[in-house]
Amino acid sequence: MSFRSAPLTIPTPPEVKAGLFTPEIRAAIDAQVAKYPAEWKQSAVMPALTLIQDWNGGWLSRQLMDDVAAYLDMAAIAVYEVATFYNMYDLEPTAKHKVCVCNSVSCMLNGSEDLIHHVERKYGVKPGQTTADGRFTFKEVECLGACRHAPAVLIGHSYHEHLTPAELDKLIEGLG
Amino acid sequence: MTDKITIEIDGRACEATPGEMIIAVADREGIPIPRFCYHKKLSIAANCRMCLVEMEQNGRPFPKPVPACATPVCAGLKVQTRSPKAIEAQKGTMEFLLINHPLDCPICDQGGECELQDVAMGYGRDVSRYMERKRVVMDEDLGPLIATDMTRCIHCTRCVRFGAEIAGVRELGATGRGEGMRIGTFVEHTMAHELSGNIIDLCPVGALTSKPYRFHARAWELSQAPGLAPHDALGSNLNLHLRRNQVLRVHPRENEAINETWLSDRDRFSYEGLYSPDRLTSPLVKKDGAWQPIGWSEALQLAAARLKAAGSSLGTLMSPASTLEEMYLAQKLTRGLGSPDIDSRLRQQDFRGDGTDPLFPWLGVSIAAVERQQAILLVGSDLRAEVPLLAHRVRKAVMDQDARVFVVNPYRLDLTFPAEQFPGTPTANLGDLAAIAKALGVKAAGALQDLIGQAEPASPHQAVADALRQAERGLILLGALAAAQPDYTLLKALGGAIAQAARVELGFIPAAANALGAHLAGALPQVAPGAHEPETVGAAATAMLAQPRRAYLLWNLEPGHDLVDPALALKALGQADFVLACVSHRGPSLEAAADLLLPIAAYTETSGTLVNAEGTWQEFRGAVTPPGESRPGWKVLRVLGNLLDLAGFEQDSSAQIAAEVRALCAGLSPGNSPRGEVKASPAFPASLWRIGNVPLYRLDPLVRRAPALQRAPGAGCFRVHLHPDQASALGLAAGDEVLLTQGEASARTQVSLSEAVPPGCARVPAAVAGSETLGVQIGPISIAKA
Repeated sequence: MSFRSAPLTIPTPPEVKAGLFTPEIRAAIDAQVAKYPAEWKQSAVMPALTLIQDWNGGWLSRQLMDDVAAYLDMAAIAVYEVATFYNMYDLEPTAKHKVCVCNSVSCMLNGSEDLIHHVERKYGVKPGQTTADGRFTFKEVECLGACRHAPAVLIGHSYHEHLTPAELDKLIEGLG
Repeated sequence: MTDKITIEIDGRACEATPGEMIIAVADREGIPIPRFCYHKKLSIAANCRMCLVEMEQNGRPFPKPVPACATPVCAGLKVQTRSPKAIEAQKGTMEFLLINHPLDCPICDQGGECELQDVAMGYGRDVSRYMERKRVVMDEDLGPLIATDMTRCIHCTRCVRFGAEIAGVRELGATGRGEGMRIGTFVEHTMAHELSGNIIDLCPVGALTSKPYRFHARAWELSQAPGLAPHDALGSNLNLHLRRNQVLRVHPRENEAINETWLSDRDRFSYEGLYSPDRLTSPLVKKDGAWQPIGWSEALQLAAARLKAAGSSLGTLMSPASTLEEMYLAQKLTRGLGSPDIDSRLRQQDFRGDGTDPLFPWLGVSIAAVERQQAILLVGSDLRAEVPLLAHRVRKAVMDQDARVFVVNPYRLDLTFPAEQFPGTPTANLGDLAAIAKALGVKAAGALQDLIGQAEPASPHQAVADALRQAERGLILLGALAAAQPDYTLLKALGGAIAQAARVELGFIPAAANALGAHLAGALPQVAPGAHEPETVGAAATAMLAQPRRAYLLWNLEPGHDLVDPALALKALGQADFVLACVSHRGPSLEAAADLLLPIAAYTETSGTLVNAEGTWQEFRGAVTPPGESRPGWKVLRVLGNLLDLAGFEQDSSAQIAAEVRALCAGLSPGNSPRGEVKASPAFPASLWRIGNVPLYRLDPLVRRAPALQRAPGAGCFRVHLHPDQASALGLAAGDEVLLTQGEASARTQVSLSEAVPPGCARVPAAVAGSETLGVQIGPISIAKA
């Protein structure tokens, strides 16, 4: 049954799917779907959400999550579960840039809290908020998997490691 | 792998099948292991960690305690559930589970029957070391049936897995992570599934509780009595929970062969109808158009005198949910007065097969066998509304056996499993079945000659034929919407022909809890008690209304809601000299039609027997006393029989009556083979068909008076549902006020658009407020803008 062998599927007719997103996005999702067994289409939900989030300017609306659910023949609640679990998905509009400071164990021991306090003081934003000038959204995230060079910060799609507050400042100043 | 092995749990040798989980073996042996997330009917999540046990294999201990629910047994296994290490692990888990639990047991409905409370008694500490702030979770409104207190949730995910695996609808999920994780719908909406109430039983804490029962009683004040569900043809086994002669809630009683561990919401919450203000508590007589109380003896004298006066011009109509005993005595009474006219097929209009139909038809297979079918053809059945737990069995067949399901129904069904559907008008339904028959090479003969001759099988019909033919175990089921069609006889004949050609079983889904019992009790015009042929075949339900009788006996039904053609019924009853209604509830259409109302006991208040869809006799006993002056139905009939000086009314208990029926049924087994060749030709095709489905919570007088169910989506509402193309062809748009006309009958309502209804059909629900003035449930209708 559902969780035992194959997941619960809720089929959406192909003509509805053909009207979702753009042809390029659909092709990109299809390429991800092709990596998994046919009845495990919904395994592609994470790459699909990432694609859609980037396409939508950095965040996922409920409608877009519902569309992903329809496209992958899965229950909408199953998409919400994934999107709310991982903090790389944003469910509210964000700025163009996201400054994501890792605050898991290794980074915390190596001074990530200093980075967070510094950004809070200097730019007047708390984690989860966007600066008043709308330049970037500040996020505190779970382990980025870069413990060897902690503290690590993710800006856009790039990792920046071993940072001091001054170095982080420089990176933020360089944002367009 | 099927060889049994022996393992040791707490020093006791236990037989087990390799691959079984430790907890399943322990449960069978009666060795308690605490658990929250494990449930034998759900998949294994192993996320509560409460069932940690110590184990060793062939003398080699495992380094850590293992979860008993997710550890398969193997040879040489020794398990310790109560060793210091196991207890320490369980106590540790308990401490963490209680960190965020509010411990508001004194105000919690689950208090006293809570798995968390029980296990905390055994494994918890009396003082918490946790000093930090506890988490609070906002509650959600899941609708009128389920109350939520999500702060109490311990994230066992039983409710989530129930949705995904049993219900087939994922309404609940676990969103967020870590401390922010919560169980909910994310987007607030009412849980609409017909089995949703089971998550109340599954929830090990007080997070999900029954809304109608909320704050009514504490668990330790209740006593428990076994009962039977009085609605669908499954006869689900219940436990009635009582306090001071009142049913306060209903729980499932496990019966693997019938309802497993589940209960449909209709069976679970319909008890509320017992305490409806409509409940009839004393005999009432109509004098000059007004209802006046009357004593029982006077009422019975009056009834006996008037029934005697009517004699052979008496028509008896009985609810198909009446007990076997009531049916048996009622037919004895009717036939004893010289009238062969008794019927309990209230929602059927085509009786042309009465002479040739089997005398004791049934489901065709046992209820449990439905889940082992490989191909199922469903004809005219909104299965989820008719028999929710049978739909669950069909879903199991699809999920576990990869069964293919085909549906020939007047509208597209919303199912929880993949199915190929052939929605179409009743004429098209006949055509589709004929095409399937032709694809199977059925030799056209008799009444089916023209139908099969004209059929042109397309590839979908061929696919159905192939799937049925290839299935080792296949089943064709005819439901309530088939029974209500004007060509039911032909649907049955086609179903039989297909079943024979494809070598699958043919089955009928009985209309209600004791519709099968009617064949044994003889509460049918063409069947005598013991499923014998009667000396005189009487008039069927619609015939005795079309040619009005002088007197009618109505048994636990409302003419405006429970009959296939309410307009015809109300007209005929209005013309009768005397209408005696023995009912548990009053209602407007009943009060308009009847002359004398006698209060009878409901399903929790009387004793009796119900025969379910697979022919199983199930007896039940009264758990509470009937309210006011209500009396068990069989006693009322017995006294009436005595007053009428009829023979055979000497029984002292319902068990004696049941024994009498049982003696008549000796050696009888159900069968669906017809007794002869049917002669019938298809009804004249209508340009627009009314399809009157009975919504989930409108099945019978009791469920129509259960307030919580009436607020749930399954209660339906009076609308005409049209396909957008059909609506535009009629010049109508959504929300338009229209006048529906069926012959002389008419009603006003609004248009609602639905792609599920095929063009040529207008789905106008029956048994809902507003439908009383309309005509036949499935038949021609015309719609005009009002």
